[in-house]
Amino acid sequence: MHRSLILLSCTVGVLMACGPSDVTPRSTAITSADYAAFGPMDGARLGLGRTPDKTALAAMDTDIDAEGATLPSGRGSDEEGKTLYAQQCAMCHAADGRGMPPAFPRLLGRDPKAEGFVFADDAKLPHTIGNYWPYATTLFDYIKRAMPLTAPGSLTDAQVYALTAYLLAEDDVIPKGTTLDATSLRAVKMPYVDRFLWSDEVGASR
Amino acid sequence: MRAPDTSVTRRDLLVGAAGALGGAVLAGLPVSVDGQEAAAARPTVPADPTKLQGGVTTQVGTRSPFETPTRAPYGETVGNSLTPLQDLTGVITPSDLHFERHHAGIPAIDPDRHTLTIHGLVDRPLTFTLDDLKRFPQVVRTYFIECSGNGRAAYRDPKPDMTPQKVSGMISTSEWTGVPLATLFREVGASPKAKWFLAEGGDACLMTRSVPIAKAYDDAMIVWAQNGEPLRPAQGYPMRLLLPGWEGNINVKWLRRLELGMAPWMTRWETSKYTDPRPDHKADMFTFAQQPKSIITAPGYPREVKGHGWHAVNGLAWSGKGKITRVEVSIDGGKSWSDAEILGEVRPKAAVRFQQMWEWKGQETILLSRATDETGEVQPTRTALIAKRGIGTDYHFNQIVGWKVERTGKVFFHGET
Repeated sequence: MHRSLILLSCTVGVLMACGPSDVTPRSTAITSADYAAFGPMDGARLGLGRTPDKTALAAMDTDIDAEGATLPSGRGSDEEGKTLYAQQCAMCHAADGRGMPPAFPRLLGRDPKAEGFVFADDAKLPHTIGNYWPYATTLFDYIKRAMPLTAPGSLTDAQVYALTAYLLAEDDVIPKGTTLDATSLRAVKMPYVDRFLWSDEVGASR
Repeated sequence: MRAPDTSVTRRDLLVGAAGALGGAVLAGLPVSVDGQEAAAARPTVPADPTKLQGGVTTQVGTRSPFETPTRAPYGETVGNSLTPLQDLTGVITPSDLHFERHHAGIPAIDPDRHTLTIHGLVDRPLTFTLDDLKRFPQVVRTYFIECSGNGRAAYRDPKPDMTPQKVSGMISTSEWTGVPLATLFREVGASPKAKWFLAEGGDACLMTRSVPIAKAYDDAMIVWAQNGEPLRPAQGYPMRLLLPGWEGNINVKWLRRLELGMAPWMTRWETSKYTDPRPDHKADMFTFAQQPKSIITAPGYPREVKGHGWHAVNGLAWSGKGKITRVEVSIDGGKSWSDAEILGEVRPKAAVRFQQMWEWKGQETILLSRATDETGEVQPTRTALIAKRGIGTDYHFNQIVGWKVERTGKVFFHGET
């Protein structure tokens, strides 16, 4: 008998019919409190849900983490990105990346007053990709999943690399004339990444 | 169901008064206190409502035409609408007045086509329909949700003409029904190696936030109902993640996917947004919990204190770290404080309604409230919070706020505590 089911029987105090398949409880007497009594990995399964369709899951699973391990193939240059930006982005974020806050955020700008991560001192300092964002991979992830506004998710991976390159080059994070792909994007270090703090005791710091 | 009766009956004639009342409402809606216009026209009702039969039963109830609480502002795809705290009592926020904050509008979702997929570091990736979720043991719990930007304007630039809604209207409390996330993680066989999970919404920005796995085994839920009925579309219909006490944005609405992994993903929302710049020129990330906080909602600008004598000063207090243990009220601008009465049950991570009877003799004064939670944390003054966090910090504003009462009875926001 599965250990978790023994536990469940004790907790609930009812007879459990435990067949050879030890993952599905037959009793209807299980309550939410019984679940709460278990540790994270204990407890019984109800056998609900279905195996995800592989194609459907792959289409959804586009997230790119900070390591960039799942960055797709493809490449794009800042020059290609410049053209794309004018076509797809400038209508909301403005030609110079100033945006129309708050609906369409400011993207670009390296105002010397806003350098040094002094944002707590002055609420009016603009946060931009170059002076704030800690990870370049985030740009790829977000542009791919959510942009452009009128057709979210419509850009190819090459176009997303190109736009990422353009935004990083415009904000002086990478040199002009750079082509980005998975390897080179992983290698980009944002200017202020070291200013961001977090610990394992998340949520407890404040 | 009976076919509608189209013939004129005695009853129709008798309810004529109710019809006229409806017409009056349409012609001139009283505007909420947050609007600039005064009440355009008062609804018309019979001089003596006991002398004729009243209105008929209806399919869906509506508020009295004399009560027109509204969220404000509104009409934005990327934006927010705030709960009219000054119009509400008790702790539950009516679902149609729950504050909104959307980053790509409110998606229109067919619940029969919506699913939740859990995958990544699990034994068995699984896709659940709404019907699947409802077969698990359900829990019903009352929690607040608060946007971590709530109170920003009052923190950075307090102004006398701010209403309770403007000061702090991005806090709402509901009774939620759903399944503990721990139950679903058990169903998929979550790996002990998983330290974080990614929650993804089904809106046009595919909202994504990373959540420490421990929250799943603490009190996280997947909810599908709010105050006794399915979630409102603006609140995540047909299902949302609920992380009690944590900043609103991470309670991902229209939830469609959870991926278990080893480290946070560093999504746009947890890096370029929802991080807290510090005076030492660094920034805190993953500051999830909402701190103890309170606001007096009656009196509050622009409603005047009418009449000398006793008044029931009352408001809301809440903490994302647990139960509220104490709410103090000052009726003399902070020179002295006394414990307010807490009305009803005190539940962790749910708002409480507090009350303090106050005798007004026509003097000018300032009314303040101050909350303490079970961790011992006390709501700070604005001055103390600015010293600790800086005027430019972006989220988690829990400074003490209050109301200045003038000799005339006029009431103005007092934010410079």
